[in-house]
Amino acid sequence: MSAFDVELIRVTKEFPSRRQDGTVRAVDDVSLQIAQGEFFALLGPSGCGKTTTLRMIAGFEDTTSGQILIRGKAVQNVPPFHRPVNTVFQDYALFPHMTVLQNVMFGLEMEHVRRDEARRRAEEALHLVRLPQVADRKPRQLSGGQQQRVALARALVKRPAVLLLDEPLGALDLKLRQAMQYELKAMQRSLGITFIFVTHDQEEAMTMADRIAVMDQGKVLQVGTPEDIYETPTSKFVADFIGETNFLEAHIVRADGDLAEVSLDGSAVFKAATGGQPVSPNQSVTIALRPEKINVFAARGTIEYDEGSTESSEEFKRALLRNPNINILPGVVVQDIYIGTDTRYVIRLPGKQQVIARVQNYGLKSDTYFEAGEEVNLYWNAENARVLLR
Amino acid sequence: MADQALVSSRAVERTVVEFDHAKIQRDLLMRRVGRIGLYLNPVFVYFFLWAPIVVLIVFSFNDGGSVSTWQGFTTRWYTNIFNNTLAAGTEAARFSTELMLNAVRNSLIVGVSATVISTIIGTMVALSLARGGTFPGKRLLDAVLYLPVVIPEITQGISLALFFKVVFDFVQAQSGWQMTTGFGTIIIGHVAFCVSYVAIVVRARLADMNPRLEEAARDLGANEWRTFYRVTLPLILPGIVAGALLAFTLSLDDFVVTFFNSGIGTSTLPIFVYGMLKTRVPPEINAISTLMLLASTLLVGISLAIQGRNNAATRV
Repeated sequence: MSAFDVELIRVTKEFPSRRQDGTVRAVDDVSLQIAQGEFFALLGPSGCGKTTTLRMIAGFEDTTSGQILIRGKAVQNVPPFHRPVNTVFQDYALFPHMTVLQNVMFGLEMEHVRRDEARRRAEEALHLVRLPQVADRKPRQLSGGQQQRVALARALVKRPAVLLLDEPLGALDLKLRQAMQYELKAMQRSLGITFIFVTHDQEEAMTMADRIAVMDQGKVLQVGTPEDIYETPTSKFVADFIGETNFLEAHIVRADGDLAEVSLDGSAVFKAATGGQPVSPNQSVTIALRPEKINVFAARGTIEYDEGSTESSEEFKRALLRNPNINILPGVVVQDIYIGTDTRYVIRLPGKQQVIARVQNYGLKSDTYFEAGEEVNLYWNAENARVLLR
Repeated sequence: MADQALVSSRAVERTVVEFDHAKIQRDLLMRRVGRIGLYLNPVFVYFFLWAPIVVLIVFSFNDGGSVSTWQGFTTRWYTNIFNNTLAAGTEAARFSTELMLNAVRNSLIVGVSATVISTIIGTMVALSLARGGTFPGKRLLDAVLYLPVVIPEITQGISLALFFKVVFDFVQAQSGWQMTTGFGTIIIGHVAFCVSYVAIVVRARLADMNPRLEEAARDLGANEWRTFYRVTLPLILPGIVAGALLAFTLSLDDFVVTFFNSGIGTSTLPIFVYGMLKTRVPPEINAISTLMLLASTLLVGISLAIQGRNNAATRV
């Protein structure tokens, strides 16, 4: 038996279209391997093919080519009602003409589970989602969050090999969504069932998933742990889609192992991580740099530390330069945006390109704050600047 | 550049705000006129819609042989209908309760049969169109479905009459069996137009239904047939009932199609009423019409109530 609960092998899905070539490719040569007990996220913007991929696993759509295996068995031509997977739909799709208990029992009835047994298991499932008290209500009498839990109970009561969730938290408000994220994750851990969920919300994917597949235009661009995806994006799209990123146009000055010296418009030179990608001098590349990786200090004067000691800016800079992997660039604050937890500075670098730096506000706003027009120095660790090939 | 705007804080010249009060007054007046117009529109509509009906109802209680001058209140036309007693001084053959009840019975036979048949066919057509994927002639069927709603009834009546004649002649030529118009032809004629109404109502219901519900059922282990009778059918049932009531009302009211396709002894109530009008207008007509109006309103009311309540019930 395969170690993977779900395996997609070069799966393509084409839909008929009114365009000249007659088809539109929603999913394009996607291969994925999802391990047993994994919490897996399909992440991407709307129309990227993530929902179609999920629907193919569920059996609502046929594959145009390629193969889907569930627990090592090919599921082509197996209708949804014979697949060991269950779905939590985006709008929950609870049956409006049945009570909550009837909804949860529906799947067991279809399996011809004895009525008292089915009832016991359904009540257990409602207990699991902490909603035993609403069994006799109709779905419309429940709040969005409660409906979501009922949908979860209805799917889980079937004890599926894989649970599919299509934007499960999309319709909930922010606070409830965050609470449900932790709860879903904990539930998945304790049940040990493989969860595959679709979302366009990168934060949701980062919070819950063990691994994330980032999709765009029908293709899987990168698969990895949240850390992989965030820290070492391999494409501009992934770097841009996950979190906030500065992109700098640069060219290679000198390649040096995993690091490369790059230059912005021939002036400022600094080091960036290539991640092992082959680069050659004078090659044009894009540098991705996260705003929170950039540190800012005054170009002149003294720096005051929390414990009261001070240090001149020059001294601090000299100390930093002792570390060969630290990049320091001068800049001018163009705009300062105070957003409470931190401050965003739009900073112009030598050669006119701008970056956004996100500085956390440890103390009061008045303690360390740079106004527009002030000259500052920026520094970051070379491995936090990622070289992306064009 | 944003930073330049920040650095050079040039004073912005302030423009003076002024209102053209004459123009404002003019516009406010126009708005008032428009509002009065919007209130008046429904008044006209209601007047033309309801005035003739109100006259009919009022004169059904008119004490006198004339149907156009008020001569005092009475309920005797209603009693006449049910008692078979004839108004004093009128010709005895004018009105016969027995004939009327016979017509009512015919109407019910036709109405119930046409309703049952057209509801079944109409629902099946709606399901094919909404869930049948693509099949040859789907778009044509879709367009033709609305035809009975829009084409003149007289066209449909005549075309059916012609059709039956052709078929009957053919059958007679082939087998010597002579078929005649009667209940069969009336029911087929009514089904022909009722199917459209049922299909349209049921289809609207199917279109309103969340397709994820059927997917959820299949996801939970129900095959297509169980999905249909456990999820689809219960959810579109209000549409089917509403369509059936509509079909029944239309069938009861129908005159033209029935007129062209009825045979001897199969007059429905509208045909019977028309027959009475041929000699002169008896006052009982008003009473019968009022009762028919009442029955139709009741049926349509029930149909709307069912649709409304279930729309609310199935919205999650």
